[in-house]
Amino acid sequence: MITDLAQYLVSALSLGGLYALMALGLVIVYGILRLINFAYGELVMVAGYGMLIIGRSPWPWIFVAILSILCAVIAALVMERVAFRPVRNSSPTTMLITSFAVSTLLQNLALLIISPRPKVPRLPAVFTKNLRFGGVRIDVLDLSGLIVSIVALLALTLFLRKTVIGLALRAAADDFTMTRLMGVRANMVIAAAFAISGLMAGIVALFWIGNTRSTTPTIGLEPVLIAFIASVVGGMSSLKGAVVGGYVLGFLTIGLQTWLPRDVNAYRDAVLFGIVILVLLVRPEGIVRPVWSREAR
Amino acid sequence: MTDLRSLASRISTPLILSGIVSLIAIIAWLRGDVVFERVVTVMFINVLLTVALQVFMGNSGLGSFGQYAFVLIGAYSSIWFSLTPEQKNLALPDMPEEWWLYSQHYPFQVAVVLGGVTALIVGAVIGIAFVRLRGASFTIATFAFLIVVHSIALQWREVTRGSRTVIGIPKETSLLIAAVWAILAILIGYAFKESTIGLKLRASREDEDAASSIGVNVRLMRWISWCLSVFMCGVGGALWAHFIQQFSPQQFYLSETFLIVAMLVIGGSASVSGAVVGAVSVAMVSEGMRQFENSWNLARQKGTSIGDILPFQLVGFTEIVIALAMILVLVLRPSGIMGGRELAWPLRRRGSPPAASSESVGMTGATDTAS
Repeated sequence: MITDLAQYLVSALSLGGLYALMALGLVIVYGILRLINFAYGELVMVAGYGMLIIGRSPWPWIFVAILSILCAVIAALVMERVAFRPVRNSSPTTMLITSFAVSTLLQNLALLIISPRPKVPRLPAVFTKNLRFGGVRIDVLDLSGLIVSIVALLALTLFLRKTVIGLALRAAADDFTMTRLMGVRANMVIAAAFAISGLMAGIVALFWIGNTRSTTPTIGLEPVLIAFIASVVGGMSSLKGAVVGGYVLGFLTIGLQTWLPRDVNAYRDAVLFGIVILVLLVRPEGIVRPVWSREAR
Repeated sequence: MTDLRSLASRISTPLILSGIVSLIAIIAWLRGDVVFERVVTVMFINVLLTVALQVFMGNSGLGSFGQYAFVLIGAYSSIWFSLTPEQKNLALPDMPEEWWLYSQHYPFQVAVVLGGVTALIVGAVIGIAFVRLRGASFTIATFAFLIVVHSIALQWREVTRGSRTVIGIPKETSLLIAAVWAILAILIGYAFKESTIGLKLRASREDEDAASSIGVNVRLMRWISWCLSVFMCGVGGALWAHFIQQFSPQQFYLSETFLIVAMLVIGGSASVSGAVVGAVSVAMVSEGMRQFENSWNLARQKGTSIGDILPFQLVGFTEIVIALAMILVLVLRPSGIMGGRELAWPLRRRGSPPAASSESVGMTGATDTAS
């Protein structure tokens, strides 16, 4: 029983951490631009194909991983420059539709240039192994996901708290117009937000593909849906909310998988997205209420 | 004089648009080419769906990614009502015989309307909740609803046969029927846009707070247009089901949603003409691209020199072109090909501001209602 619980905890914390990173990547852009980036999942895809192509080189895997994350960051920056900057001042609905088009574009480019079939990138052999602590068996993939996600969250927190760009980002998320009036360059802040978004997607991609073990053109769909749920439930307007939402969803997913009967589990997506609609209706600001919205009331 | 002129241009719009549809139908009928006829029939159903989307999105200004949920509901519910019990044994073998639905059997046209009504009932209920939302939250909620309906359809074997393909549906939707419904949709869509409700809704699109401050019940107007839109989507699904004859829930999902949103955005969401022009032009371009793709891939297989130019098969090329066109339109001409105007006769005099007029329509509407 205790061993079950320990395994449950590690899996849930690992999954929750990755979900939190995904949601953060979505929310950091939303906070500033009010853009819900549908094409966010395609950054995971870009990193996945990066792993596939760079992985053919003889370099050690860690370099492959870093370069793949870099691919996602570059893709995010290009996306911002080419597609989103020109529609920046349009309504949130227009931006959302633009990101839908970007997502379709990238998916079909992958379909055309690479292949519709799943491709298997090189992954470190240690990902399939597991460790034993007494009677507790823990997958290396879970454990490394847990560690990396916590390190990434701490690093991001430090970055946002201690650097000038971090301060500008937080200020812009609160009140973009005011931040610009204070002399912060809009393009710089937005590019930084997209870079972080790409970074998160890239990190997540390593573990996501470590789990699915192959890359397809549509691999980005599930991560982006998860990021949607986590950020809506946690609160679209706060970074803390994204993290909370990610962990809640991680625990919920593993919990449902472990304890719910199979035929009920088939309706899991329906239940999760039903919850999303409910949260939007009843508590649109999510679990974590942003500071400024209290004042706006 | 000006009144007469505006009256003429008002009536001329639905006439021109239905004229375009009829003309295409006649050309397809005269050619007698089976493949071409299929393409045109699907295009008419897409015209219907795009106008349905326009009725809501164009007038309210809210984006919906959930319309295909209602196309799905319309498609499945129409076959519940149109198939005989014997046909249901084949198409929906998991439906229990003691169900009331099992014994229902109506003529095709009745089943189409019932498909629309089923979508309307579901949409009307969920719509009460949705109209409270604003902006991007609304779009995300409709998107979530699409996923909910999709995953329920994949699992509820009694009514949808789960993820497996429903087969053996008789082909009832002809070129003529599709054309008639497309024209009906254009008339309804245009009449709605020009009605008082449409006017109030367009006013709320321009400025929600200003519209409600002068007594427009924004939520109610949105709800009415939402209901009309989902009914039309349900009808479209029913027509499609009886045309394609076999389908599964996978055929009512993201790429289909993308297609009708692209059609509307490219054409211009603020006018019915935009919806029609967008649907027709995107359908034509994508059909042309598809033929190009096929002949290219065929040439590659034969090993001619074309194969050396590109090392891969052409898949997804059509979608790339549509997505690129959509991004270009959103960046360069956000109001679409039609720029919010309707096709009308006599044409607007030269020198009148083109795109701005669409913006001002809503605003003048708001002041009119107030006075």
